Amino acid sequence: MEKSPYLHLLYQMLLIRRFEEKCAEMYAKTNIRGFLHLYIGEEAVAVGVTQALAGDDYVLATYREHGHALARGMDAGAIMAEMYGKQEGCSRGRGGSMHLFDGKKLYGGNAIVAGHLSMAVGMALAAKKQKQNRIACCFFGEGAAAEGEFHEAMNLAALWQVPVLFVCENNYYAMGTALRFSHAVQELEKKGPAYGIETAVADGMDVLAVERAAREAVEKVRARGKPYFLVCNTYRFRAHSMFDAELYRNKSEVEEWKKRDPIPRLSDFLLIKKVITEQDVQDLENRVAAEVQKAVDFAEGGTWEPVEQLTKFVYSSD
Amino acid sequence: MGDKTGILITYREALKQALREALLSDDRVFLVGEDVGRYGGAFAVSKGLLQEFGPERIMDAPLSESGFTGAGIGAALAGMRPIVEVMTVNFSLLAMDQIVNNAATLLHMSGGQLNVPVVIRMGCGIGRQLAAQHSHSWEPLYAHIPGLIVLSVGTHEDARGMLLSALKSPDPVVIFEYTYMLNLEKEIPADAGAVDITRAKVRREGRNISIITYGAGVYKALDAAAELAAAGIEAEVLDLRVLRPLDEASVVASVAKTHRALVVEEAWRSGGFAAEISARIMEKAFYELDAPVQRLCGVEAPIPYPKHLEDASVPQIADIVNAVKKMIRP
Repeated sequence: MEKSPYLHLLYQMLLIRRFEEKCAEMYAKTNIRGFLHLYIGEEAVAVGVTQALAGDDYVLATYREHGHALARGMDAGAIMAEMYGKQEGCSRGRGGSMHLFDGKKLYGGNAIVAGHLSMAVGMALAAKKQKQNRIACCFFGEGAAAEGEFHEAMNLAALWQVPVLFVCENNYYAMGTALRFSHAVQELEKKGPAYGIETAVADGMDVLAVERAAREAVEKVRARGKPYFLVCNTYRFRAHSMFDAELYRNKSEVEEWKKRDPIPRLSDFLLIKKVITEQDVQDLENRVAAEVQKAVDFAEGGTWEPVEQLTKFVYSSD
Repeated sequence: MGDKTGILITYREALKQALREALLSDDRVFLVGEDVGRYGGAFAVSKGLLQEFGPERIMDAPLSESGFTGAGIGAALAGMRPIVEVMTVNFSLLAMDQIVNNAATLLHMSGGQLNVPVVIRMGCGIGRQLAAQHSHSWEPLYAHIPGLIVLSVGTHEDARGMLLSALKSPDPVVIFEYTYMLNLEKEIPADAGAVDITRAKVRREGRNISIITYGAGVYKALDAAAELAAAGIEAEVLDLRVLRPLDEASVVASVAKTHRALVVEEAWRSGGFAAEISARIMEKAFYELDAPVQRLCGVEAPIPYPKHLEDASVPQIADIVNAVKKMIRP
């Protein structure tokens, strides 16, 4: 087993974890305001899937997208500055936690649940029309699968045969409403074949399993120019947002899922297989800690967009 | 210069010629919407285009207004120039999330990174006895939204030209077309083409009063002005054309000239666009006024089916004539 690809996966998951822990801390200090939706527990999905994507593929995510932004290689400082609302942020500070954008790497940060699915279909359609080799990859939660937009987008993607990978990050709770209270058919993977879309399920707590499934999915989407539906079953360890008292689930359930934490799961596996050493893990922790601190420093040193620019970019000519 | 000879053309044909020219001149342009292809367009605007341009460019969409509008937005983000046709403004509410939360918002929310060059056309207005779920005039709903460019096609010249200019816009454009005018014939120059989409336009000069209107109100106001001229009243007709961003200067200039303003629209009065125009005049031209600004708007009820009630739901030529006469010779 070659060491570096595994270390890279571990590094990306650790970066997301430590970055978000720092976000929670900064939220408590009120340096970050608004909504803050943490991805902690779900890191394997974004990290696993993005390994399979090309740099110029279109990636769209939800409002719980810090992990996707980091996994796509966006600068941690620009992301943290965005959360602080500083103009050095990746969206000039205008979007905050829910609206991270990078014109090439990430098309949001979309906070209307399922609103970005049909956009992903349109981007894939454009790639097809322009005879490009790129695909669209759209992340969303199981809550989105209850929206009409999900069904419209799945139907359009299959009808038009466009290269889009739908990744459902099933964390079992749409805010506080459990899957069993949202979906009459709780096996989400049954919804793909209903539209004639090839579908697979991956263990979203296992980055290697996600990566394997994603590579197969992306290869098929790219080769055939058709949609694909990948369901990753996962779990968020933290509250929905910082306002959530978590009245809807038992602590014991959370503790059960934490036993499947994707980070120790990968590092333990690699340690047992002797692919990496404890020192490697420590080195990664140190590297990540420095990177997160650098991001915070960058955000703290950022500046506020002048009020005079409030209406800039309402139109392109502004 | 081009050919200034007049040709007689229906509003529908003018819209179709614009579509055809757009498809011919730019490979990135495609039309997507319900029944735009095999059916020929719900109002036959795109009839024949499928045969000429093929199914890749004239795309029939399923009944998924939000889905295909969102797809149009995505395609625009990814380098295409989609024209999304929504059959009527009533159905556009199913796509309003996409239009407002995505198309209008992405540029600002992304800090200037993502512009959305999509054109969304929709039919609207009364005249075909289509009742309360197919006949409304909701231009004000869209004119409320920063980030959108909102155009109202009140004349054949604009039917022939607005789409072409809209497709050059880097930002989302919503175009309102009026189904009652589809069969109406008018003369336009043989070489008519792209038109300015930043300014209002004086359709008839006058010095006694400004009738400020848009869309379905334009020809009615012109007919009313002709009738008023016979009675010795010279009414100016200002066609707003662009509801957002509003050409406030043209409104102020007209009022400064005539000192009276009647605002006419088919949309409902409360919170409507006439209210906005009236407020702008108060803010910017109050001391120019010789009389209070008046409004003629749609009656505040859903549009009913029978012709006599449908007609009574919106301002008619006689209503405009009467209102003007009252304002000038109270």
